[in-house]
Amino acid sequence: MVTNRTSSKETNSSVGSRTQRTSRHTATGSHIDVDSRAENHIDANSTIQVDSDNTATSLVPVPPFSDEEYNQVEKYDQVEEYDQVEEEPARDKDRLGDVDEWGRSEHMREITRQLMDPFYNHWFRVEWEGLDKIPKEGGALLVANHAGAIPPDAPIIMHGVEKELGRPVYGLADYWFRTIPIVNVMWSRMGGVTAHPDNALRIMRDNRQLALVFPEGTKATSKSFSDRYRLRRFGRGGFVEIAMRAGVPIIPLAVVGAEEAMPILYRVPGIASMLNLPYFPITGNMLVFGPLLGPLGWFLYFPVKFKIKVLDPIYYDVEPGQDRYSKSFVMEEAEQVRTLIQETLYDMLRDRKSILNG
Amino acid sequence: MGRRVLITGVDKFWGGKIAQTLEQDPDFDVILGMGTKEPQVALERAEFVRSDQAYSILSRIVKATHVDTIIHTFVVTNTSGVSSRSLHETNVIGTMNLLAAAGQRGSMVRQVVVKSSSNVYGATENDPAWFREETPRSKPARSRLERSLLDVEQLVKDFAEDNPATVVSMVRCANVLGSEITTPISSNLARTLAPVIVGFDPLMQFVHEQDVVDCLLHLTRKRIPGLYNLAGDEKIPWSEVINICGARIVPIPAYGTMNVASLLVRLGLINFTPEMEPLLRYGRGIDTARIKRTGFELQHTTAGTVRSFIKAVRLKKNIGNEPQSYIYEHDIEQFFRHSPAIVRN
Repeated sequence: MVTNRTSSKETNSSVGSRTQRTSRHTATGSHIDVDSRAENHIDANSTIQVDSDNTATSLVPVPPFSDEEYNQVEKYDQVEEYDQVEEEPARDKDRLGDVDEWGRSEHMREITRQLMDPFYNHWFRVEWEGLDKIPKEGGALLVANHAGAIPPDAPIIMHGVEKELGRPVYGLADYWFRTIPIVNVMWSRMGGVTAHPDNALRIMRDNRQLALVFPEGTKATSKSFSDRYRLRRFGRGGFVEIAMRAGVPIIPLAVVGAEEAMPILYRVPGIASMLNLPYFPITGNMLVFGPLLGPLGWFLYFPVKFKIKVLDPIYYDVEPGQDRYSKSFVMEEAEQVRTLIQETLYDMLRDRKSILNG
Repeated sequence: MGRRVLITGVDKFWGGKIAQTLEQDPDFDVILGMGTKEPQVALERAEFVRSDQAYSILSRIVKATHVDTIIHTFVVTNTSGVSSRSLHETNVIGTMNLLAAAGQRGSMVRQVVVKSSSNVYGATENDPAWFREETPRSKPARSRLERSLLDVEQLVKDFAEDNPATVVSMVRCANVLGSEITTPISSNLARTLAPVIVGFDPLMQFVHEQDVVDCLLHLTRKRIPGLYNLAGDEKIPWSEVINICGARIVPIPAYGTMNVASLLVRLGLINFTPEMEPLLRYGRGIDTARIKRTGFELQHTTAGTVRSFIKAVRLKKNIGNEPQSYIYEHDIEQFFRHSPAIVRN
């Protein structure tokens, strides 16, 4: 709640067009939250507050607050508004490792960064445009297009932002990653988080960190090479809703290069269901590198030039912290983000002279 | 007039500990401890009442003694060696009888405190990293413990709705570690063995036994209603827990996990309950912001809990188990409590 205030201030100053029409959509939620701070005091006959919300799993408690406690919280909020720098929480002296609450380990990231840097610089020759549009602090949601049988865009964006801006990025991904032995640990230590709305909210609002999301999901990575750079449906617009709830901007990214790094020529449905995979592709890499390098070649990307363009942050002037936002409004905004990225991609592709050299 | 409190499971760790602490508190006039066996700890003024595990005697006790507070700690969360039927009788039927007694006509009960467990959230790949009290489960309950705990919580919820004048408090504890309590996880770590599902390293959360006792007493003393998560701050990977404890890894394959695990349990190598399988795969985190807002402060973080636990284990290893210093003798206890010869001040 601390961050909500500050971010809605930013919103007022920096948003132009998409402001007023949203306000009528905002009063939808009737959710009982702890934050609503019931004023009831502790006394012998105080009653249990029973939640009208059916999603609650059990009796719902509105903990009582004394006036002093209430005031303390208020003061804390005000201080935070002036001084946005979040204090580093004191490290628990009993800890041995550096794995954070999301499973990310800075030590593991450092090793990964060192391994990845040559690929980033010399194989993909990643080029950013408008990197300064990603804020240096505070939460934000990076939204990008997705491609490649084993999509290289997620690690590249995470690596780039960490390298250039020095701040971590949490990549939101499908639950599926959590179920595979070994992969789940690697993925989690490198900053992967399951794309649960609560997780996204906590990362961006409470931890004030960057989250990266690919709203197309596997619909994009499983598409054939002939459909390249044609964006799929942006889910159900959940990413817009989360950004609104967290009170953070959406920063769209247009990524050129991932489509050709590992293009899918054909999908084999039988093997996919047998191996419990979302899809099993025959990729160009298998055909080209396979004969040379064996199965290792299946995982080697083509040396495609990567260009990533950061678009202007989109702020939503709605009250953060609501349980639900108007679905039509959310879908409309999600579609706008999709169109924006799609058009930017076409623009970038018009200027692209060569696939390998950009 | 002081408070009159009834504690269930006084023969078990939680009940005994709470009864001992409340004896020191002059606000509590009468302390009744119910248990299926004799208390394992020395009690000075608390009265012991023997009952069966489903508390059929309870409604008479509540009526006769005019207790105003019930602390229900006898909810089984350690299922190793507990039969399905016994689990159901203790948790569901026991709680049902207890709440029926508390809600009966003429009952003076004004507060009920229940110790539940974070097992009610389950552990699946679809879970959020942190469960808040109102976060629903991701998937339906599979294990019998989870189902029985959900039944217990439903009973408590219904009771709270039917008795708006009664303060109902419930605590969902994360996995407990401590110097005295034995849980499936602690019994493995105490033998410096750690079952690991190969290829998984979940983030775990623990709470210290003393923090649980303090929390139950905090809610009781201040009469705070509501449902609260209770766990040490932070989550740490299972591998880090193993490192802190210096335990040896017992690998269990990721496929056919329960089959291999139950074989190892049969061989007496490890302790492994059905609830541990999803936990050692996906882990679990519960958000404790709400209990902290009631003014409760935990003394141990998750890592601190693990450290304090393993230190106690090492001490025990070096000096051996302390001999049982106390044996309950009915006649002696009655003499000290009721004989006119005793000088009371």
